[in-house]
Amino acid sequence: MTFLETTEVTVDPTATHVDKTWKYSSPLITCRFDPAGKYVFATAQDNALIRWTLADGAMKVYKGHDSWIRDIEFSQDGKTVVSSGCDDRLLFWNVEETDEEPKPTREINAHKGWIRSIQLSPDGKLLASGGNDRIVKLWNMADGKLVKELVGHEIDVYSVMWHPQDGTLFSGDLTGKIYRWDTVSDKPALVYDGKELYTANTGQKAGYGGIRGMALSEDNKTLYACGLHKATNPFGAVQEPLILAFDLESKKVVKKWEVSGLKAIAWEIKFHPQGFLFCVCGGGAGGYLTFIKPGEDKDYHRAKLPNVSRGMDLHPDGVQICVAHYDNQLRICRLLAKVEEKKEG
Amino acid sequence: MKNNYACRSNEHDIARRGFLGTMLGTAGVVGGLGAFTNPSIASELERKQKRVVVFNMAGGISQLETWDPKPGTDTGGPFRAIPTSVPGVHISELLPKTAKFMHHLALVRSINIKENDHGKGRYAMWTGRRQTPGQEFPQIGAVMAKSLGADKNALPGHIQVSSSTGGRSNDSAYLGPAFASISIASGKPPANSARPEGMTEKQDILRNEFRRSADNRFSLRRRSAQTDAYAQSYEQAQQLMANRDVFDITKESPKDHDRYGKHELGQHSLLARRLLEKGVTFVQVTHSNYDTHNENFNFHLEQVGEFDKAYSALVEDLAVRGMLESTLIIVMSEFGRTPRINQYYGRDHWGTAWSICLGGAGIQPGAVIGSTNDNGTAVKDREVDHGHLFHTYLQAVGVDSLGSFSIGGQDIPVADPSHAPIEELLT
Repeated sequence: MTFLETTEVTVDPTATHVDKTWKYSSPLITCRFDPAGKYVFATAQDNALIRWTLADGAMKVYKGHDSWIRDIEFSQDGKTVVSSGCDDRLLFWNVEETDEEPKPTREINAHKGWIRSIQLSPDGKLLASGGNDRIVKLWNMADGKLVKELVGHEIDVYSVMWHPQDGTLFSGDLTGKIYRWDTVSDKPALVYDGKELYTANTGQKAGYGGIRGMALSEDNKTLYACGLHKATNPFGAVQEPLILAFDLESKKVVKKWEVSGLKAIAWEIKFHPQGFLFCVCGGGAGGYLTFIKPGEDKDYHRAKLPNVSRGMDLHPDGVQICVAHYDNQLRICRLLAKVEEKKEG
Repeated sequence: MKNNYACRSNEHDIARRGFLGTMLGTAGVVGGLGAFTNPSIASELERKQKRVVVFNMAGGISQLETWDPKPGTDTGGPFRAIPTSVPGVHISELLPKTAKFMHHLALVRSINIKENDHGKGRYAMWTGRRQTPGQEFPQIGAVMAKSLGADKNALPGHIQVSSSTGGRSNDSAYLGPAFASISIASGKPPANSARPEGMTEKQDILRNEFRRSADNRFSLRRRSAQTDAYAQSYEQAQQLMANRDVFDITKESPKDHDRYGKHELGQHSLLARRLLEKGVTFVQVTHSNYDTHNENFNFHLEQVGEFDKAYSALVEDLAVRGMLESTLIIVMSEFGRTPRINQYYGRDHWGTAWSICLGGAGIQPGAVIGSTNDNGTAVKDREVDHGHLFHTYLQAVGVDSLGSFSIGGQDIPVADPSHAPIEELLT
């Protein structure tokens, strides 16, 4: 097996398999590859940020948050990793940390409430953060100063995502509303209504769902949002994954995929450079990577994982996917057929 | 009311009938303070009216996200602990407003009821006794209404504020229907309590005079406990019909609506204040629901925030208005939630080591009774259960919990005689 394969390799999602498993001491929450593809970082229920070296599985633990870390992002040069916590803070760390007990290089008390999602702008200058105070904030990545506050959400912000070209920023909330902010001109935000990703369960008096993840198609004409629907028993984890596709121009839902029969939440969604979507789903059904071709009506492959999955990321090589699991394990999956090792003799 | 629990429990499916229909059609036993074995209790209670308000955190609220946080441990979850107005006492960061009034309140952090079932846990916590086949005990509201002489009041003595339609429950067991709870739906007067359309006030007076005349004639030769209860139910219904505006929270100021919150719990809590001020003996407000096997933290974030606003406003108002000395406030559930966080970010049923909050009449302000171990998986000291708590509630409002009700010539202990109050929690 070669390290850092190129995206020129044609992947085969139907051959997805777990290639590596690394264990931590606490259930994992989410994970990200660094831009160079050398490390994978994950967060855990003991408030830690954990770094594994892909080559050898060496582990380093970063402790600084007083609460769970919900998201991870990197500076454009790949030297800094940012963690966003349920302690309202953004902490900046060195990726290439060598100290036994790493210390954050910068701390920002960023929100009044959990920071559920962060993402760096395509030019690498601004870090967007969204949280339970219903505000989306933009931070200068160079000096950590607040640049702008985007106010409009009426409930907790669950996810943020930059448009790769036009400077707009998407933010999705609990009730399924996605705001598209023009961060340059201060025009009113456009609103995409993903209400199908929200359930107001009157029996349990619970508002449940939210925009758990977002992705854009390769041509940037379609916005994908994932989460859950059919939440007949929110407190009992009875729901199914749902993915909506919005036409970016008309703001209308043009397609949707029900990952039917799977009692789970679609936690994150990505658009693979080779033209398909994939989601990580986790819940009562266990853990799955689900693959969808945009032109088809149903998901075409579900790769069963060994445990409930909660977060994932795609390696720059386009072949490896890291998945954070409840059973303390980080798993690296490969979208290629297994290579059988030849036995000597 | 019926709650829709995650685990599909139907323990709240209590048979109900329309309030007035039940009042008119069901007989009971002799009510009033005369039912006490010891008459001196009755005279003492008549002198100083006590009231009780219970916040029913339906489904089982998490002690770790409220009264006994364990941040930084394997069970702690994402929420932090914050200091309160009582030095050294910390509660969850989800309760910032309540934390400011902790000097009026007390915590019991060492409850082990040995029950993880909704129905059994609720029965234990609301009656002070373990559920036993063939035996039925009255719930706390009925016991309080009976013990505190609510039947002498113009208004019903045992009210549950809920979102369901009004009705009367069968929660008073041998104390009889006069002490059973009446549900008040969403800030509206009880169902069927308005004079029927087409009937003039004069006609209404005449028909009631006729009823009384018939009752009196019947009672001359056949008076019994049942007929007394029957007549008393009619009279209380009459009083209630005349006092319908007691239930009208639109008469409260816009500022108070904002303070309590415009969500259902806020409005119900504001109604609770109004009812307590008007002399209702026992009011229960239900916040539904906390049976969070899935996404415990998101749901607690949403719901405890609502609770914190409404509850702290009520505590503050009762304190400011001088009512706290005579009003016992209890926040309880059927059980707590597991320290272990499950694969759905949820917590499951847990009666083994959990907490309640209480305060006001007869309770040591700022007290913390008992504790759990570092990650909350076991009671460390001063273990108590539903029986101890039930005695304590009664003693706090001046009722001799070691005494008995005289029911049909038989003495029945007010509370489980194998238990005793938590003395150090009482003033």
